[in-house]
Amino acid sequence: METSMDINKIQEEIISEFEMFDDWMEKYEYLIELGKDLPIIAEELKTEDRLIEGCQSRVWLNAALIDGGMSFSADSDAIITKGIIGLLIRVMNHQKPEIIASNDLFFIKEIGLQEHLSPSRSNGLLGMVKRMKLEAIKSLNKK
Amino acid sequence: MSALQNLPFNVREIREQFPALRQQVYGKNLIYFDNGATSQKPQLVLDAINHYYSKENANIHRGVHYLSQRATTEYEAARTRIQKRLNAKSSNEIIFTKGTTDGINLVASSFGNMLQAGDEIIISAMEHHSNIVPWQMLCERKGLFLRVIPINFEGEILQDEYEKLLSKKTKLVAITHISNTLGTVNPIKEMIAKAHNVGAKFLVDGAQSIQHMSIDVRDLNCDFFVFSGHKVFGPTGIGVLYGKEDLLDQMPPYQGGGDMIAKVTFERTTYNELPYKFEAGTPHIAGGICLGKAFEYIESIDFKAVEVHERALADYASQVLETFEGLTIIGDAKNKTSVVSFSLKDLHPFDIGTLLDKQGIAVRTGHHCTQPLMDFYKIPGTVRASFAFYNTIEEIDAFVIALERSLNMLK
Ligand SMILES: Cc1ncc(COP(=O)(O)O)c(C=O)c1O
Repeated sequence: METSMDINKIQEEIISEFEMFDDWMEKYEYLIELGKDLPIIAEELKTEDRLIEGCQSRVWLNAALIDGGMSFSADSDAIITKGIIGLLIRVMNHQKPEIIASNDLFFIKEIGLQEHLSPSRSNGLLGMVKRMKLEAIKSLNKK
Repeated sequence: MSALQNLPFNVREIREQFPALRQQVYGKNLIYFDNGATSQKPQLVLDAINHYYSKENANIHRGVHYLSQRATTEYEAARTRIQKRLNAKSSNEIIFTKGTTDGINLVASSFGNMLQAGDEIIISAMEHHSNIVPWQMLCERKGLFLRVIPINFEGEILQDEYEKLLSKKTKLVAITHISNTLGTVNPIKEMIAKAHNVGAKFLVDGAQSIQHMSIDVRDLNCDFFVFSGHKVFGPTGIGVLYGKEDLLDQMPPYQGGGDMIAKVTFERTTYNELPYKFEAGTPHIAGGICLGKAFEYIESIDFKAVEVHERALADYASQVLETFEGLTIIGDAKNKTSVVSFSLKDLHPFDIGTLLDKQGIAVRTGHHCTQPLMDFYKIPGTVRASFAFYNTIEEIDAFVIALERSLNMLK
């Protein structure tokens, strides 16, 4: 398996990257760039069962267990949502399922994006995080 | 910009009354363009909320003591004030509800109980979910049919199609006065007359009109008119159902409980008179009193001037927005006010709304609880700027600059 960095180290890394931004618009500029760079998932993988329907935007998530680590790819119809997905995938990709299942995603709050993962926001992101953990737990149970 | 200075009312003075408008969000001056969702509250209403709970709080209609009587008097005074403003015949015709949704559900349940299988209810293609779902549930429960009047691409109800749908089977027509998504002002007075020609009753969803124009229920001759307090500068959790007295009299009670009864025995209960028949349980007393204060406030405002001002805001916003490449304004009715909804080619409304928010501008994005309407336009949602009389042309200018910046970032 690819050697994965410690999940908390990656989160710390993102937090210090975001400390460089002076204001909200710079943060979002960065998120938009991330969103544009995110490799989109194959059209044939955008199926009903991979769809997480939000009120504001929609998210598709594909998960697989490869060499003991979780491998995620995802897409959204909104670019800012995609940017945040990019961060979540950077943190969780290639991590062991048991780590994903129990990890606290503290970086989201630290960089001021918790509003996007609040239950009332319903842009599909909270649903996506839950689904990522669920997929990790499922693959644990399969072992 | 200059047109505004000639107005008979002073926007700057009005803004002084609304503390929520004088704040910064994310370090930027707040520009509040989400009035379709809810309005901000004037100082008069804020003071009244504080005053009620510090000095008057008591249950109404049941106490002999001083506070209870005073709260009852204030609550009933609010009812009378609202009655006068709507030009209703009697205060018995003013039922306090939780809001528009609650008022529609009351009618669907109570008036709906008097309908027979095979009867028909007519709505339009631009209704809010609140004015769709209660009727669907009623139709399912009673075996009725729901008919939907189509609209044209400009966002106007097709009147000839409406006439075709009307028949002896039609028992109720329920239509929004102003569309929350498109800003279309529907010709309800004419539509009401047509419904009455076939013997049908007419419910006006006034959630988006009461804050923008003077409403005269007797002139409209509607059978029901519903609205929400929070959209007309009053508190949340309170609203009004106006209904013609003879009709309300015939209708069975909605919910059972205290206040709505005349006499209760285990064998038989008789019901209280109007309006209490429809107000079971301890009502939102503070809400009712403070909605009365909101009405006191709007009485001090010249609504002829408000209409001119708000149309000017919507026209100006539309004109400027139309110059953006790839931007489409959704809804182009000849009679339109206060709302500008738009979509941008290849861009998601959520992204635009998020970037505007970070620049201090509150708009609504999404389907605005009108999913069937979004399906009609084949879009996932819009960005909606909705105005109140306290908004200004300068705010629209700032909004346009912020929108430009957002679009550059998303390119
Ligand atoms: C046209 C229309 N009808 C009904 C409603 C529902 O109002 P409430 O949620 O206050 O009951 C709204 C509110 O958005 C509306 O705009």
